[in-house]
Amino acid sequence: MNVIDIQGVSQRYGQTTVLHDLNLSLGEGEVLGLFGHNGAGKTTSMKLVLGLLQPSAGQVRVFDRLPSDPHVRQMLGYLPENVTFYPQMSGLETLRHFARLKGASNAQVDRLLEEVGLAAAARRRVKTYSKGMRQRLGLAQALLGEPRLLLLDEPTVGLDPIATQDLYRLLDRLRSQGTSIIICSHVLPGVEAHINRAAILTQGRLLALGSLRKLREDAGLPTLLRANGLKRAGPLQASWNRAGHVTQRWGVEGLEVAALNGSKLDLLRQLLNEDDPSDVEIAPPSLEDLYRYYMGQAAAHANGETA
Amino acid sequence: MNPIWNMARKEFSDGLRNRWLLAISLLFAILATGIAWLGAAASGQLGFTSVPATIASLASLATFLMPLIALLLAYDAIVGEDESGTLLLLLTYPLGRGHILLGKFIGHGGILALATLIGFGCAMLAIAVLVDDVELSLLVWAFARFMLSSTLLGWGFLGLAYVLSSISAEKSTAAGLALGVWFFFVLVFDLVLLALLVLSEGQFNPRVLPWLLLLNPADIYRLINLSGFDGGASTAGVLSLGSDLPVPGTMLWLCLLLWVAAPLGSAWLLFRRRAS
Repeated sequence: MNVIDIQGVSQRYGQTTVLHDLNLSLGEGEVLGLFGHNGAGKTTSMKLVLGLLQPSAGQVRVFDRLPSDPHVRQMLGYLPENVTFYPQMSGLETLRHFARLKGASNAQVDRLLEEVGLAAAARRRVKTYSKGMRQRLGLAQALLGEPRLLLLDEPTVGLDPIATQDLYRLLDRLRSQGTSIIICSHVLPGVEAHINRAAILTQGRLLALGSLRKLREDAGLPTLLRANGLKRAGPLQASWNRAGHVTQRWGVEGLEVAALNGSKLDLLRQLLNEDDPSDVEIAPPSLEDLYRYYMGQAAAHANGETA
Repeated sequence: MNPIWNMARKEFSDGLRNRWLLAISLLFAILATGIAWLGAAASGQLGFTSVPATIASLASLATFLMPLIALLLAYDAIVGEDESGTLLLLLTYPLGRGHILLGKFIGHGGILALATLIGFGCAMLAIAVLVDDVELSLLVWAFARFMLSSTLLGWGFLGLAYVLSSISAEKSTAAGLALGVWFFFVLVFDLVLLALLVLSEGQFNPRVLPWLLLLNPADIYRLINLSGFDGGASTAGVLSLGSDLPVPGTMLWLCLLLWVAAPLGSAWLLFRRRAS
């Protein structure tokens, strides 16, 4: 059984359509990254799953029920974009209030405050909190009651690099416990390793969906090989150019070559046989490269339509 | 039941935290005690005069204050949470909009009821202890009726505040509307009624006019508190119409209760329709 099933969903606000015929599903223990620019439909998709919006067409099922079902909400944790709380209440009071609404225990409140690193500030008023602290309180709130589905809208905004790493580690642990997670975001450096699948949205349409490996294959973007400290950079570049590879000099004694279609290992072997590099760097296409590629495709497509 | 109680608890502790309860109680206590002793100053007397006169003065005061306080307390109940983003979070929790609204009503209503009890209760105690020849049973009965009707009046305006809060897109709009509602029911309504009476020069069906008083919870409240004393004490202005009203006292109470239920019900319907 899928945790989330979105079938043929369109969403219209008056004349504007913000989602076109979206099909998306999420399995148990799966982490999906939902990427796109502002206004691409990420938050709308989340609100549909949360039952805050009724789809104009199509249907959304969560745990095989309607999203507005109280049973669904009991199993669901949500971190909204730019989360805010009651400024006059302390962190502890805030979390206790939400824990009561969700039926979570006070013991879990204390544990979560400890876990997100807010135990020392728990008795301070939320209005004295920094952006990062509010974000961490929001995360603790989303984890109340051991949810089996987590929806995180821009979870790393305002977090420092260490807190971001902590968040990713936490997500990995939850995933291994069978929690399904959707992370909604602009493209994030470092998130690649922690998601099973990525979905790229633009203008309310799903551009690409699949594992990073599949997206890389589909996009056919090159892996960049960079070697430093070469003695025979010139002849090597000439022979690669003859073989049809795209190359460019990298620093004084270095060379960069774009490896397409699985030619990476051959090029690496050749490099090591014919020269003695002091350092080799292999850069597969990052999520950001993939995102740029698919956005470029979409723009080209749109131009083609209007031309 | 539980989610309603949890919402109510939060609203009530908010009322304690930001000292609403303390401020309203103090205000009521000071004003009530002041009126009890100085209310007769206009007629050249100083000191406590009589229970009916005191209740009449208190009721005229509470007609102004109670709606204003209730509206101030609750005008941002929904639009305020929406603006600050917490409503979005609440709506993803396992509780319905009815739970949220009813919880807020119980929390705010509890604050109003407790403040009324503490504030006017103190005044009543002061009169009972300091005035020698007061008839205790009459005092307690009159004050109990006064406090209960004041609370109901406050609850009615809480409901109206939720209605305004549900339809407003911004907090400032809700505040403006709240002020307008207060102005209408407390000041304008009676003037319009008087104008109708005068301008129609008797053309207006005199049997219909008294019923119009039931369209204003503040007038029902005053009718309840000004009637019921022997000799009909000091009814003046539009309210003398009330003596023509062929309804018993219990009907007035029922109308006041209806004025609590109807705005609350409408607020629920409007809140349900509000986009999230």
